[in-house]
Amino acid sequence: MAWTKKLLRVDLTAGTCTEEALNMDWANDYLGQRGLATRYLVEEVAPTVDPLGPDNKLIMATGPLTGTNASTGGRYSVICKSPLTNAVACSNSGGFFGAEMKMAGWDMVIFEGKAASPVYLHITDGTATLQSADDMWGKSVWEADKILRTKVQDPQTRIAMVGRSAEQGCLYGAVVNDLHRAAGRSGVGTVMASKNLKAVAIRGTLGLNTIKDPKRFQETVKAGKAVLAENAVTGEGLPTYGTQVLMNVINEVGALPTRNMREVQFEGASKVSGEAMHEPRKSDGKPNLTTNGACFSCTIACGRISTIDRTHFSVKDKPEYWINSGGLEYEAAWALGPDTGVDDIDALTYANFLCNEDGMDPISFGSTVAAAMELYEKGAITDSHTGGMELRFGSAEALCWAAEKVAKGEGFGKDLGLGAQRLCEKYGHPELSMTVKGQEFPAYDPRGIQGMGLAYATSNRGACHLRAYTVSSEILGVPEKTDPLVSEGKAGLVKAFQDATAAVDSSGLCVFTTFAWTLDDIAPQIDSACEGNWSPDKMLEVGERIWNLERDFNVKAGIDGSMDSLPKRLLTEGANSGPAKDRVNELDKMLPEYYQLRGWTGSGEVTSDIRQKFNLPS
Amino acid sequence: MQKSLHIEPGKCTGCLQCESACSLEQEGLFNPAKSRIKVFSFHDEGRYVPYTCTQCDEAWCMTACPVDAITLNPENGSKDVNEDICVGCKVCTIACPFGTINYNSSTGKVVKCNLCGGDPQCADACPTGAITYIDADATGLDKMRAWASKTDNAGA
Repeated sequence: MAWTKKLLRVDLTAGTCTEEALNMDWANDYLGQRGLATRYLVEEVAPTVDPLGPDNKLIMATGPLTGTNASTGGRYSVICKSPLTNAVACSNSGGFFGAEMKMAGWDMVIFEGKAASPVYLHITDGTATLQSADDMWGKSVWEADKILRTKVQDPQTRIAMVGRSAEQGCLYGAVVNDLHRAAGRSGVGTVMASKNLKAVAIRGTLGLNTIKDPKRFQETVKAGKAVLAENAVTGEGLPTYGTQVLMNVINEVGALPTRNMREVQFEGASKVSGEAMHEPRKSDGKPNLTTNGACFSCTIACGRISTIDRTHFSVKDKPEYWINSGGLEYEAAWALGPDTGVDDIDALTYANFLCNEDGMDPISFGSTVAAAMELYEKGAITDSHTGGMELRFGSAEALCWAAEKVAKGEGFGKDLGLGAQRLCEKYGHPELSMTVKGQEFPAYDPRGIQGMGLAYATSNRGACHLRAYTVSSEILGVPEKTDPLVSEGKAGLVKAFQDATAAVDSSGLCVFTTFAWTLDDIAPQIDSACEGNWSPDKMLEVGERIWNLERDFNVKAGIDGSMDSLPKRLLTEGANSGPAKDRVNELDKMLPEYYQLRGWTGSGEVTSDIRQKFNLPS
Repeated sequence: MQKSLHIEPGKCTGCLQCESACSLEQEGLFNPAKSRIKVFSFHDEGRYVPYTCTQCDEAWCMTACPVDAITLNPENGSKDVNEDICVGCKVCTIACPFGTINYNSSTGKVVKCNLCGGDPQCADACPTGAITYIDADATGLDKMRAWASKTDNAGA
């Protein structure tokens, strides 16, 4: 149990909302959220479908522990085929929207087709209707949220929405929920906007009472919370500094990609770090960080709630931005900061606000700006393209300008909305695109953290740190320390992380718990809540099944082993400083072993043996 | 010693563990919509504020009830609703100046915090100490201690 065993199918073309029983055979094989929704996607969508056409589907899915009091049990994911990568997209978000879906009695919502004009879905418990969103289309998430709240009345409604960037076709549009949490990566918001679906508003008052063994569940939940509270990362580092605790650490180990990954250490890192967010600023004596905020049920509370200095050039005439909202987290801070060479924390916070307000993935946005800056430096992009804006590395003005342009899809913002790969191709320098499968890198240079090279190259959604966070082992020593400069042994490490993470992403829990929790902590919580037998081994099996299912979809979509690669820069240009100086990423040493461990063919295809072993659809 | 719920909003992260715990204890399921403690999030100000019944000594809800359905629990000082007697007239919800007693349309009765019979689950679930259950006569003790520690008595 713990599932509601119900899904809502919304046919946007026909304008209908239909209740359906959840496929419990699949739930037993794929758990929920990422795994289960991907199983539905594979069943219902051809891998070769046009991601922005009406035949692509968009699934918002919770996990079985979403809505419970298990710590971090509030996650949901958005699954579809990605317009950025043409591979499977699965983006995970916290906030309160996912739990509200569960409280309303739904495990997931499947959107299909395309509405004739802009609509929003309004769910109140068992009732779901599509309503006109004409007056919200063309408005930012923050503006449209106000409009929608006057319509739905109930102030406790939770809302997920797309911004103007996605409406305008920016290929890394996010689905933003609760104003500043987001299913950020791979353009899931762009797919949502392509269906003329502006928002989903949910109010749930039914609650969840289907826990298999309530007494044992509470015991396991309590034990889990104690582990998180006592752990140095989840109990102290993350609450105090958020994920930004990493900025100085990663810079010191020489793995902080800088200026479009030309360098690996940023001289301004400390100025945009988690520590800097605590320092009082000159103008008003207040720090950037107001407080830390939690997602539903989360006892870690890594979220940052920040303000921008009111005297900063980006907002001095814009009182609407003199508010508190979601502040810098590590990946966003890196992409907006070190990768563009900007060390102005207020500029970064402003760009981050705009990414939330208009639903841009800050990783892809920042990385694309970094690529544009290198193209500008080379003379491939000129002032005539930008309308006079000098796109120089380190320019806070250029960063803020770019965020405003992409947010609205105006002028050069259209080009920046293409993502780094398409931008670099358009301007004649594909080699400057720091991407895998069309998706931009996050904040760890794989020359200084070898395992991440393989993790990026083989990630099922393009370059991504959250598919196998080997940083945990290679830098933080969790669950055990490995040498970040050594590629040997990393194939097995990557596979283990990929499988475990796929299972966690399907549970309703947050992957950040795994700084402290192993599957031995997680499995008992699932086992006591859900029917079936959920041992750590079963979790790993489910994770491996999910990984193979995603991979198989991608290969059928034409995203095959030849695309398990890294940009030449990371394979041929040695790191220029720090502990990894002169090293490149040794992907060629890791990849064959990885395929072998996966049981795939030499070209990285899922074999019939594997298909049979995991009962995958043909 | 009588205890009371003590709330320090500055420590709250808005995780709603208290709401889940309350609904689980009082209603037998996870359902923040049915929680008697509510956390209010003030987005623009970056503040989270848990709010629930403070169990007034001279409880306006109790005084207003025309059928004496609300009674004092002498053990812990809570004012408890007797559902068998409550007629759902909602006069108590009007009388309460704080809005912490509310009507439940699915049962036709009013609901309020009853301190879980002396072991409030919200306080137990709160991960940051924003909600505690402490000596009712000394809820200010920690604040006094904090200020006392800043007192400069070097010149005395």
